[in-house]
Amino acid sequence: MNTPAYTLDARAADATAPTPHLPGDLAIWIFILAELLAFGVFLVAYAFARSGDVAGFDARQLGLDRDAGAINTVLLLTSSFFVVRATQAVAAGACARASGWLVGAIGCGLGFVVIKVFEYAEKFGAGVTLSSSTFDMFYLSLTFFHFMHVLLGLVILAALWLGTRQRRYGPDNMNGIESGAAYWHMVDLVWLILFPLVYVMR
Amino acid sequence: MKYKSQAVAMPYFIAAIGLFVGQILFGLVLGLQYVVGDFLFPSIPFNIARMVHTNLLIVWLLFGFMGSAYYLVPEEAETELYSPKLALGLFWIFLAAGALTILGYLFVDYNTLASATGNDILATMGREFLEQPLLTKIGIVVVALAFLFNISMTMLKGRKTVINIVLLLGLWGLAVFFLFSFYNPTNLVMDKFYWWWVVHLWVEGVWELIMAALLAFVLIKVTGVDREVIEKWLYVIITLALVTGIIGTGHHYFWIGTPAYWQWWGSIFSALEPIPFFAMTVFAFNMVNRRRREHPNRAAVLWALGTGVMAFLGAGVWGFLHTLAPVNYYTHGSQITAAHGHMAFYGAYVMVVITIMSYAMPILRGRQANSNKAQVIEMWSFWIMTISMVFITLFLTGAGILQVWLQRVSEDPMPFMMVQDQIALFYWMRLWSGVGFAVGLVLYVVSFFIKGKEPEAVAA
Repeated sequence: MNTPAYTLDARAADATAPTPHLPGDLAIWIFILAELLAFGVFLVAYAFARSGDVAGFDARQLGLDRDAGAINTVLLLTSSFFVVRATQAVAAGACARASGWLVGAIGCGLGFVVIKVFEYAEKFGAGVTLSSSTFDMFYLSLTFFHFMHVLLGLVILAALWLGTRQRRYGPDNMNGIESGAAYWHMVDLVWLILFPLVYVMR
Repeated sequence: MKYKSQAVAMPYFIAAIGLFVGQILFGLVLGLQYVVGDFLFPSIPFNIARMVHTNLLIVWLLFGFMGSAYYLVPEEAETELYSPKLALGLFWIFLAAGALTILGYLFVDYNTLASATGNDILATMGREFLEQPLLTKIGIVVVALAFLFNISMTMLKGRKTVINIVLLLGLWGLAVFFLFSFYNPTNLVMDKFYWWWVVHLWVEGVWELIMAALLAFVLIKVTGVDREVIEKWLYVIITLALVTGIIGTGHHYFWIGTPAYWQWWGSIFSALEPIPFFAMTVFAFNMVNRRRREHPNRAAVLWALGTGVMAFLGAGVWGFLHTLAPVNYYTHGSQITAAHGHMAFYGAYVMVVITIMSYAMPILRGRQANSNKAQVIEMWSFWIMTISMVFITLFLTGAGILQVWLQRVSEDPMPFMMVQDQIALFYWMRLWSGVGFAVGLVLYVVSFFIKGKEPEAVAA
């Protein structure tokens, strides 16, 4: 599946991309890899800490709201799907359709944020802090770190939406929307790993 | 030189080199005091010499940064400096304030200095690296603000390049975080907590922006690679630097009374701090490999590449060595820290300032590059200083490992001063490496006085 449906901006491809088929900018991929590495190291630390106190971690984990987590998973997946459709629409030269898909993606992302805020409010009310237990420290740090990425991702999606409204992207200019989409998929991917590890697996 | 006003950079660079020489002299004094405890006592005790050594470093780097900004900002903005007179005036004020402060350290008892300079009104003195009297600190703020005003106005009236924006962000950050040197809570934990906001957020935060911008500028000039490519790298590097460096402050919060989660946060984020430095190395080599021309100033290219490598080793690798909380539990405040401090400061900030001086000084003196002979001497100084610094670092690391073992790990731990006797051999070897460094520095200074014909530019 390496045949691109469109050609990259030739100048950008010459300047940064070692292969002509990399969707989006090389810089965003370096950034994404660094982000994944950061989350990866955090999750390894989590696994390391958990191995020292499995029972304690399991007990605290039971207190988490798995339903809210599951709904959020669906929201992020749906939102990622919308972003894919938006990118495809731009590649087909249909910027107006793309901005519609992006509104859907942003809506799902905002839904994630609202649910997360309620979840945090409930946890803080129950006395969960960074110091209440090692599990709580990881739960709050990991999810909040991810939460911040969702917020940044939403800003990026909003910028993409504006770009599609102004017809800045098109089959010949996919760099921006592909870079933003790649970032949003990263946010989604991290949650797909984080949710089972922190909320579900025992 | 494209703009006349860039010439104000020259006195800044000269002062920087002069103070650098002073710093190294005091480094040699300190190195000797480690093994001959009463050397120069009581006229220059260890604590004073150390204060002068570290303060001179900071001050000369600030001179270097300011000189670099005065050179770089007009050229990037494609306009004359807003006020060359202000820049020159500030130079003399800053030099006088710096000199008076150092003389104060050397010739006035620190307590007397404190009471004579208003420390009773607002206590800010007595903290490592921020020992400057209140008056000096206020002077630094005034000079910094006027300097920032000058270069910000220059940028505002001209072209706004990414390099200029990143550089200004770094310099403004430098000034803003310095304000925490005025905040001195009585609670010792809080005191240390905010002390790091100056010390750490300088060297592992905003200074990295300055460094990346300076490096990017020189690389554009000496390689002729497209600005777009270099700017993209710059974005990635500064994002990585800030993401890892800001929360990475946590690696200083392990054992000072702050909550335990800092041990996780600090370990995780600072474990990633080598990444931006690694990116800078890849960046420098990548750009030089893709160069579109052979710049006649080969010495500047060498310094630029060296900065990438040595910053990664000193700040990245040697920082990582002791940044994880379980490791730092043993190594905290040992000679391992000193090893890291030496190579990181040299590799990142000393070398980047020399890089830009190496590039700009010949141009400020009316030529593209120095004569071949001068460049050869300069490159010798590069290798001698750099290799000496590698040895200083290795010997201090050896000293640190032995120190940690004897003092903190072994079954029968020895007291601090007895351990110092045991590791004296490493201190001697460090001292000789320091002498080597000083030789390299002398050669560096000599390279400025070697005449000869300017080399021709060669198309790649």
